[in-house]
Amino acid sequence: MIDSASAAHRNGNPRPLRRASRTAVEENAVGYLFLAPWLIGFFLLTLYPMARSLYYSFTEFGVLSDPKWIGWANFAKMFTADKIYIQSLKITFGYVFMSVPLKLAFALVIAVIMNRKLRMIGLYRTVYYIPTLLGGSVAIAVLWKKLFSGDGVINAVILSLTGWKAPSWIANPKYAMYTLVLLTVWQFGSSMIIFLAGLKQIPQDYYEAASVDGASPRKQFLHITIPCLSPVILFNLVMQTITAFQAFTQVFIISDGRGGPLNSTMFYTLYLYIKGFHYWEMGYASAMAWVLLLIIAVFTLVIFKTSGSWVSYGSGE
Amino acid sequence: MGNAFAHLIIILFGAMMLYPVAWLIMSSLKAGNTIFSDPSLIPKSFTFQHYVTGWEGVGRIHFSVFFRNSLLLCLVVVVLNVTSCAFAAYAFARLNFKLKGLWFGAMMVTLMLPAHVTTIPRYVMFKNLGMVDSSLYLALTLPKLLATDAFFVFLLVQFMRGIPHDLDESARLDGCGRIMIFFRIVLPLATPALITTALFSFLWTWDDFFNQLLYINTPRKYTIPLGLRMFLDSTGSSNWGAMLAMSVVSILPCFALFFSLQKYFVQGIATTGIKG
Repeated sequence: MIDSASAAHRNGNPRPLRRASRTAVEENAVGYLFLAPWLIGFFLLTLYPMARSLYYSFTEFGVLSDPKWIGWANFAKMFTADKIYIQSLKITFGYVFMSVPLKLAFALVIAVIMNRKLRMIGLYRTVYYIPTLLGGSVAIAVLWKKLFSGDGVINAVILSLTGWKAPSWIANPKYAMYTLVLLTVWQFGSSMIIFLAGLKQIPQDYYEAASVDGASPRKQFLHITIPCLSPVILFNLVMQTITAFQAFTQVFIISDGRGGPLNSTMFYTLYLYIKGFHYWEMGYASAMAWVLLLIIAVFTLVIFKTSGSWVSYGSGE
Repeated sequence: MGNAFAHLIIILFGAMMLYPVAWLIMSSLKAGNTIFSDPSLIPKSFTFQHYVTGWEGVGRIHFSVFFRNSLLLCLVVVVLNVTSCAFAAYAFARLNFKLKGLWFGAMMVTLMLPAHVTTIPRYVMFKNLGMVDSSLYLALTLPKLLATDAFFVFLLVQFMRGIPHDLDESARLDGCGRIMIFFRIVLPLATPALITTALFSFLWTWDDFFNQLLYINTPRKYTIPLGLRMFLDSTGSSNWGAMLAMSVVSILPCFALFFSLQKYFVQGIATTGIKG
């Protein structure tokens, strides 16, 4: 547009220039008109609060007093004096490292089994999506609490099968965490749907050619399916990792908002909530939020950096 | 592996996946209060008693109050979110303006930002503005008016980019401006993506516990997630039947939406990889 306008100018005809610049101004105006709500939200509810919480993280700040600058003290306390904080870090890392790979593995395996033009695939997809549809709700957390309690269904099944009177899984610090991992893995439906969409993109003749060459299904899976799907796997891995670090509702309900028993389910965000909104240590909670941001950023970066060795973007096509 | 074997695996594993939900629904219909450790799905005798006592509510607040509050909040959120995100998406997908690349990049970064990094200053801000525990849920609805959910902006951008450009070219020759093109062409053609946005905005707000926990403090204003939690705290193990019955009630709208609008779910998840 600018090119044609300047060309018109050289030809000694100024009118198209004025028209062109007027449309450019108009384009900008209309663009910013439509963008205005988002732009206001971005500055008012994202950028400004981020700057604010960065500032708070270097202060001592209760809800009734003004923030008081204390330098790096919050961060120092986190890593040297706050045992529960260290515990919450360990718990959360453990949870992410267990739940994310398991969830993706289930999603991938089931997606591959489903991706063979089965009849009733629509129905199957629906059934497998239901846990994801409901899993984030308080209702399901309540259900989980009941299923894995001492007199719950799981123990009734164990008792009838083996005669062993099992303890409460929720109330046992050794096992409470695994019930939460299980609850997360159970919700692999949406990752599975994304994998299914990705699998449909793989050209069928790759498999045909491999079959002609005598490649076993296992080889085909390792050398065709996995490489072709690797960008989708990368995407799922990043998104699920980010989500997993922020898990809150389920652990809050199952542990009565305390992260128990014995802090064995003291997830990062739960501790942040307790610090910020029970003890009103908002400076400390802000510092925790920034460390979480850094952890997530580092993880995302590491996943992307190492992805070069295992993600292929179909250059062979 | 034959197809029959694949069917078998998928059906068996699917049944296992569905068992907890089926158990929840069937147990809420079982009589008595001690049979909740009964793993069987078929009640020995049916009763709706748990629904009756559950619906009576807790602490003299009827469960219908929570239900109505949730419904109201979700409807307002859906309208605001769809509108504001569609505006932003139209700008990003179809208009040219200065610094567009910068803003688009900023929007994509907020996609990955953990919400907690803005939680505390937002809370302080809303508290100073008197919006915490407001009866209009301002702290929960205002952000939706300002398109803060980058996921939906991204989803709509992806969709609007795919709408053929020659449509607006011909509309412009007919004298349609950019604004008219949005309302007359882009918006109607983006209906499937708008429905997906509406669906997920509804469900995420229906299930959102964290924000409602922060910004709603009076039991009369409680939504379903908070109501259920109050139920759990106050009745404890004394009335599991009613607790499970109200849990079923709370997931009914999700089921209804899911089964009536299924294809929009699959579309939404597959095209943008919505978290979940």
